[in-house]
Amino acid sequence: MSSPYQIVVGLEVHVQLLTQSKLFCGCSTKFGASPNSQVCPVCLGMPGVLPVMNRKAFDLSLRAALALNLNIASFTKWDRKNYYYPDLPKNFQISQYDLPFSYEGFLEINAASDPKKEYKPKRIGIIRAHLEEDAGKNMHDESGKGGDSKVDLNRTGTPLLEIVSKPELSSPEEAKAYLDEIRLMLREIGVSDCEMQEGSLRCDANVNIHIQHEGELAATPLVEVKNLNSFGSVAKSIAYEAERQYAEFQKDPKNYRIGNFSKTTAGWNDAKGVTVVQRHKEEAADYRYFPEPDLVPVVVSKEEIEAARAAMGELPSQQRKRLQESPFSLSAYDAGVLSAKGRRMVSYYEEVAKEIGDGKQVMNRLSDLVMGTLNERKEEIDQFPITAPKFTDFMKATAKVNQQDRRDVFKHMLENQSDAATAMTALGIKSAADFDEGALRQAVKDAIAANPAALEDFKKGKTAAANRIKGHVMKTQKGAPNDVVQKLLDEELLKA
Amino acid sequence: MSLIEKTAGELIELQSSGDATAEAIADSFLASIRVQDPKVQAFLHVDEAAVREQARAVDVKRKTGQKLGALAGVPVAIKDVLCTKGVPTTCSSKMLQNFVPPYDAHVIEKLKAADAVLIGKTNMDEFAMGSSTENSAYFTTRNPWDLERIPGGSSGGSAAAVAACFAPVSLGTDTGGSIRQPASLCGIVGMKPTYGRVSRYGLIAFASSLDQVGPFTHDMYDQALMMEVIAGHDGRDSTSVDRSVPAYTKSLDIPIKPLTIGVAKEYFGGGLDSEVEASIRTALKEYEKLGATVKEVSLPHSKYAIAVYYLVATAEASSNLARYDGMHYGHRAKGKLDLISMYSRTRAEGFGQEVQRRIMLGTYALSSGYKDAYYLKALKVRRLIKNDFDQAFSECDVILGPTAPTAAFKIGEKSSDPLAMYLSDIFTISCNLAGIAGISIPCGFTKTGLPIGLQIQAPPFEEEKMLRVAKMFENATDWHTKRAKVG
Repeated sequence: MSSPYQIVVGLEVHVQLLTQSKLFCGCSTKFGASPNSQVCPVCLGMPGVLPVMNRKAFDLSLRAALALNLNIASFTKWDRKNYYYPDLPKNFQISQYDLPFSYEGFLEINAASDPKKEYKPKRIGIIRAHLEEDAGKNMHDESGKGGDSKVDLNRTGTPLLEIVSKPELSSPEEAKAYLDEIRLMLREIGVSDCEMQEGSLRCDANVNIHIQHEGELAATPLVEVKNLNSFGSVAKSIAYEAERQYAEFQKDPKNYRIGNFSKTTAGWNDAKGVTVVQRHKEEAADYRYFPEPDLVPVVVSKEEIEAARAAMGELPSQQRKRLQESPFSLSAYDAGVLSAKGRRMVSYYEEVAKEIGDGKQVMNRLSDLVMGTLNERKEEIDQFPITAPKFTDFMKATAKVNQQDRRDVFKHMLENQSDAATAMTALGIKSAADFDEGALRQAVKDAIAANPAALEDFKKGKTAAANRIKGHVMKTQKGAPNDVVQKLLDEELLKA
Repeated sequence: MSLIEKTAGELIELQSSGDATAEAIADSFLASIRVQDPKVQAFLHVDEAAVREQARAVDVKRKTGQKLGALAGVPVAIKDVLCTKGVPTTCSSKMLQNFVPPYDAHVIEKLKAADAVLIGKTNMDEFAMGSSTENSAYFTTRNPWDLERIPGGSSGGSAAAVAACFAPVSLGTDTGGSIRQPASLCGIVGMKPTYGRVSRYGLIAFASSLDQVGPFTHDMYDQALMMEVIAGHDGRDSTSVDRSVPAYTKSLDIPIKPLTIGVAKEYFGGGLDSEVEASIRTALKEYEKLGATVKEVSLPHSKYAIAVYYLVATAEASSNLARYDGMHYGHRAKGKLDLISMYSRTRAEGFGQEVQRRIMLGTYALSSGYKDAYYLKALKVRRLIKNDFDQAFSECDVILGPTAPTAAFKIGEKSSDPLAMYLSDIFTISCNLAGIAGISIPCGFTKTGLPIGLQIQAPPFEEEKMLRVAKMFENATDWHTKRAKVG
């Protein structure tokens, strides 16, 4: 499929850090408290107060930056970004301007056109990540009766990490994959819970398109899309913008040259599925950045960087690579699925796979039985009653059991908090080792004798009739290994 | 000598010897305020009952044998730029007319812990912007030596309160000379400590990289005493420095020997009043008599100090004062207005002319297209000014010179000419830009009886040496014993 244009997207992602307290004061950052209950003179911007940096927030952002393969500046400072807004009590935001604490890194994403089927790695460049304080929330009267607006400052001062990608995402799908990977990674390393619904992850998309036109490369002006409330709307808005910009371009192609980057800000209207222009470049605010005189510059030592690296643990990208190698030897796709379930699922898997030996089979059983059940029960793997050792026993005991019986055993274990042996006894399913071939052969013979009609059909060439006999065997011989029963049945039918 | 003319050190002794109670002391000062302050107008807020209550609490502590703080029973006047829990703190601005802070500034906590008696909040130039206290939104404070004249500023109220014997000591803040210049004009001692020596927590910011809290006193012992109480690290101010505080009172009387005094030729140029210059020259001779070597040093970039200051200070102020928008506290324009109109009406009504002028200057200096030429250039020159001092202090212990180019001028004399007003800080401003320590001590009077101040500047964190050098002069002269007769 060839498109008449190339989509060029850069994402600005803001994530709230998982600290107990705010970036420059001791107030709680807990989500959902009653309005203005988590505030103090410092985050209220009262006269005379001063900020003090929360070192934990800085350490967490160091960890995130290292995971994003960013360089860490040995010296970094704070700047004030000045603008007036009711949710910003000081009317300036403490941020980082020209000397961010980290710069030049990358994130590996799955750029497969169908990420559900394959894994195709692509590196997306990261320009910088810097730390800043969040603003509060304005709440407007939506009754239409013109009531007063209110301001909740609980969120004011919550540490925010801003991650700015290079314009290297080439499709809505890649943008979504980038966000998926950032969320997975930041959750895994304990930096942020990345809940878009709660605002702990926010994203703006810078979108334009490149078009080959009469032998020259043309580019549409950049549009920054805001108000994106889900990964889906990020993807949708990019697709919409690209089409809209191409339609605009076609009206007057001569007017477009690369480098003509007057930027427009637009808001995404999710209900209507359109972007709405909010502000043109000429109206852009002048933030009058200058160094924050109330804070001292931050010097980062090698030891601190190493400590942050140690706290980071294994990243999803490293995990995927390892899962494809011996002893697990998963496909790139399976490794991706498993890794996307998070670190705790991976270690559960590893514990079972190391015992069973067949990594692929363990993965199949996990996705068949455990992952779906967790989704249904809205549970996390570490609260799951069937622990890794129990699941290992289950896999061993049901190795030769047919699929339906295996599912029944699993279900029984889950419902009764029991182990595989108890469940199988209760269900009358014998484990493979418990079956005596002679007894089984007798059961097969009995079943043939008990089903003369089926035998008749079979002899007339209706091979499917054998299944009816097999079903009869299975009813009396729960848990009998499928392959053995099939073999015995084939033999006995020939004799019959 | 009545109680009100005593120093803090003397008042402490009178209490320990049982010759005075904290309540009697407080009553004397309150009476003095009641009678004389209508003329001087040093105070914005005095709560007599609260003052007595604090004093009585000190007396009870003493009677019951409890441990007493270093300033037990000493009345202290507080510049209204320092937050006091439950007590109005207005910065002499309409903007904060009804503002009552929910917390104490660090220095206020320290004073309370030292059992000081907070006697009242003093008048100042609005948001500490000015050199005469004429920029107060409420009234102009008078110089106790001549009620027709200004007391200096911006800490004019705190300086006048000590000079008029309304309190033995007070606190001010100094961003470009706002302690030293009024100390000089009121004939008392005023120190700007090194940037980072005293916590700024609870000091309502004018220019964060320049502001510093410091004491006004009659003499050097009280300076040492006050500094022992207020100086030191505070975890709530990231720019406060974690260095131990010397026992200033213990070493005060040990002269510095040998002592090399630097005299910057740049401080004796045009604009320096001849009577002031004569007093400074006499003071230098006095030091020579005491064994000091006087040496000429150069501060070649000091001529840029005022220009640099009015870019750096106003840039920071434009951001620091952005929070006064009527949204969360303070003055708010009346009526149902849209957001932008509410902001602009509130700020137009709440801020006086000089504050508005400086906010505009600072906003301009930081604006895109101008920032490089103004704000960033000013930061570079600030560095050169600092280097000048480093160089000079490699050749001398302290730098001596005039604190202000003239004695106190008349009310209204410079209020219509901001540039002339700015020049009254010409000798004090570079000390803030360089972050060093400076003190003004009384060194004489003009023929018409107006006080003249001698400025001593010392390298960062060398307050101890600075105090000892000043004490040498105090021991040899009696200027510090003079008290104004409020007419």
